[in-house]
Amino acid sequence: MVMKVTNVLMAGVGGQGIILASGVLAKTAAAAGLDVKKSDVHGMAQRGGSVLSHVRFGDRVYSPLIPDGETDILMAAEFLEGLRWLPQVRSRGRVVLSTQRILPPTVTRGEQAYPEDILEKIKRRDPRAIHLDCLEIAQAAGDVRTATVVLLGALSTLLPFAQRKWIELLEQEVPKKAVPVNLVAFRRGREWAKG
Amino acid sequence: MGGGNPVKRLMAGNEAIARGAWEAGCRVGTAYPGTPSTEILQFLSEYPEVNAEWSPNEKVALEVAAGAAMAGARALAAMKHVGLNVAADPLFTLSYTGIRGGLVVITADDPEMHSSQNEQDNRHYARAAKLPMLEPADSEEARRLVKLAFALSEEWDCPVLVRTSTRISHGEGLVETEDRRESPLEIKLEKNPAKWVMLPAYARARRPLVEARMEKLVRLAESFAENRIEPGDRSLGIITSGVAYQYAREAFPEASYLKLGMMWPLPSELFRRFAGMVDRLYVVEELDPFLEDWVRGLGIQVIGKAVIPLIGELSPALVRKGISGETAAGQPVPLDLSLPPRPPILCAGCPYRGIFTVLRKLKVFVCGDIGCYTLAAPAPLSALDSCLCMGAGIGQSFGMEKALGEGGPRRVVSVIGDSTFFHSGVTPLMDMAYNHSRGTVIILDNHTTAMTGRQGHPGSGYDIRGEAAPAMDIAKLAEAFGIRRVRVVDPCNLEETEAVLRQELAAEELSVVIARGPCILIPEAREAIKPALRVNLKICAGCRTCLQVACPAISYVRQAGEYRTREGKVKKRKGYSQIDERLCTGCAVCRQVCPFAAHREPS
Repeated sequence: MVMKVTNVLMAGVGGQGIILASGVLAKTAAAAGLDVKKSDVHGMAQRGGSVLSHVRFGDRVYSPLIPDGETDILMAAEFLEGLRWLPQVRSRGRVVLSTQRILPPTVTRGEQAYPEDILEKIKRRDPRAIHLDCLEIAQAAGDVRTATVVLLGALSTLLPFAQRKWIELLEQEVPKKAVPVNLVAFRRGREWAKG
Repeated sequence: MGGGNPVKRLMAGNEAIARGAWEAGCRVGTAYPGTPSTEILQFLSEYPEVNAEWSPNEKVALEVAAGAAMAGARALAAMKHVGLNVAADPLFTLSYTGIRGGLVVITADDPEMHSSQNEQDNRHYARAAKLPMLEPADSEEARRLVKLAFALSEEWDCPVLVRTSTRISHGEGLVETEDRRESPLEIKLEKNPAKWVMLPAYARARRPLVEARMEKLVRLAESFAENRIEPGDRSLGIITSGVAYQYAREAFPEASYLKLGMMWPLPSELFRRFAGMVDRLYVVEELDPFLEDWVRGLGIQVIGKAVIPLIGELSPALVRKGISGETAAGQPVPLDLSLPPRPPILCAGCPYRGIFTVLRKLKVFVCGDIGCYTLAAPAPLSALDSCLCMGAGIGQSFGMEKALGEGGPRRVVSVIGDSTFFHSGVTPLMDMAYNHSRGTVIILDNHTTAMTGRQGHPGSGYDIRGEAAPAMDIAKLAEAFGIRRVRVVDPCNLEETEAVLRQELAAEELSVVIARGPCILIPEAREAIKPALRVNLKICAGCRTCLQVACPAISYVRQAGEYRTREGKVKKRKGYSQIDERLCTGCAVCRQVCPFAAHREPS
């Protein structure tokens, strides 16, 4: 049977580690023997722009971009970005998001308001949406910089790859000295999502 | 790297291009950074067998690669689409001289202009320059086609273009890897003026060879392995190539396909044969009707730009909508534009923030250029008034000066980054010096090629491997041009910068002002970050002046309160500014614009 393509859209703000996270997912899927394509939209990311990473895996993947409205799982490392990309999630699709806020320029300047109805809108698409304060969990794990890995841990509960496969890839992709704290962060994200 | 195992690795197109070049025995790689091509040279430079360099611009890059190829070494030059405009001069005549060692030129196009000033379709270059062009549709094809391109280049005695685009270059897919094979070609300098010296008499003799080559290549195109018919449902036939193939396949998995790996020259019989196999025929291509016009010119009925957008990049949804109509499932999903956008802005601590704040105050027309500083154009900085192409600002400001006549030099300035200056700002500065300009040229020197990822350039002091390299001296260069008024300012010192700019605008002589301050992201600057500032809430009036410097570390909190004036009076305020300590680098531009100097160092 041909495995339908699974589409995971990862969103965040430059500097949050979206590219690292999507790299771990893509390589975990490749290690499982699937065809994988990934597209990163970066370049302006260092300068506070939105970062988007499309990860697709299955028996055979054609388009490197997820077709409109066909995202199976949206993983958002920033609260507003979760709302911005929500229209891409298909009906009965899933959302995993961090409640961390990074204020965009018009909000910091007082010209626009940061939306206050994000969770409500997210839950209309996915009543079981997983939302967590990744910064807080990362801090408790030992390093705020592991926030997106916490999120990745939560995401991993929605995907069919064994935990040890994720861990293998994390160990490869993360700087050696940071491996232990990242593994703690990953596990805590997983526990949060399951609990 | 190394090994010849069939295990597939996940690789971006750019990495795969470098890999393919290395496997083919490439010995020289040249480029100027430009999205989406930048990583090609970065990856190529990691192979010890390759002599890789950041060239000052794409023309130099192609000429250096051409020289290596003339001597018999396989060489690659990489650039973004507009970069090929800069390298076009050598490209067109290399088609006549040919080469010895294979020469591959990568053009990385940018449909949708994600990071460019236009979305030109560089397939036209192949036709105009009479050169073959290959186009991969994923990372594995990128590796394979680049490798093949070197062999084709030597077989057909001409450079070969390989065209990629953002989604191929920055998309990752599974790639096979093979061992490197050195080219058996002898490295030597061959004296052959009839081939290398393009005097008219010699060039005219080479001209028929160019046509003969293209004719033979057309015959190859008819049976080229990478030009494939993929039979399917005969009710729908799609001619396509590159990433457009992937989008079409996603939208119509059952259709019949003619997928082209060679974009130029194009075959004829292959198209006729495919047309005969299907009921309805479409061309799905991004940007111009390059394929469509050719196919229609063969007398074949085909639909293309009537339903497939000419502007911007494609997607599976756009292809589906074009071919199946507006009511089909899977339509494009628009973004909610009412949500606060997240445009790129200058980093906290960027040295340019200060000087643009001053330029806005001076109310001059600022002819800008390409780099991080182009981000000064949008509000609230609103301090850059034109941007055309690499190095254009200086010449444009001189043209305006000429048009304005008397008083002109006081009303317009040009602004250019250090890397852009070395790329193509030197010659227009020379023009201003030589042709009696009285204007002011501002060179923003942040010691790196920042926007594309902080690559080295001739003034940066380091090369592509991060090793020390001679640093060209901009001030001495200006002096060598006979420019007497050469000033250096700290762009984060607003008082100094404003005073110097006013002096130079008023001076009846050509001035160069070098605003020197390192990019906040390079090690030199990271090591010198100062403690974060804090807003003194006792005296902040909530006037929001500091917000106008567009620093991501400063935000406005809408909360009623009171503050004390310098005279001691208590006044009401609607809100106050606050600084995110995690982002602030202590540059103090905010304090310098604050009427109350409310931004303080921690005590």
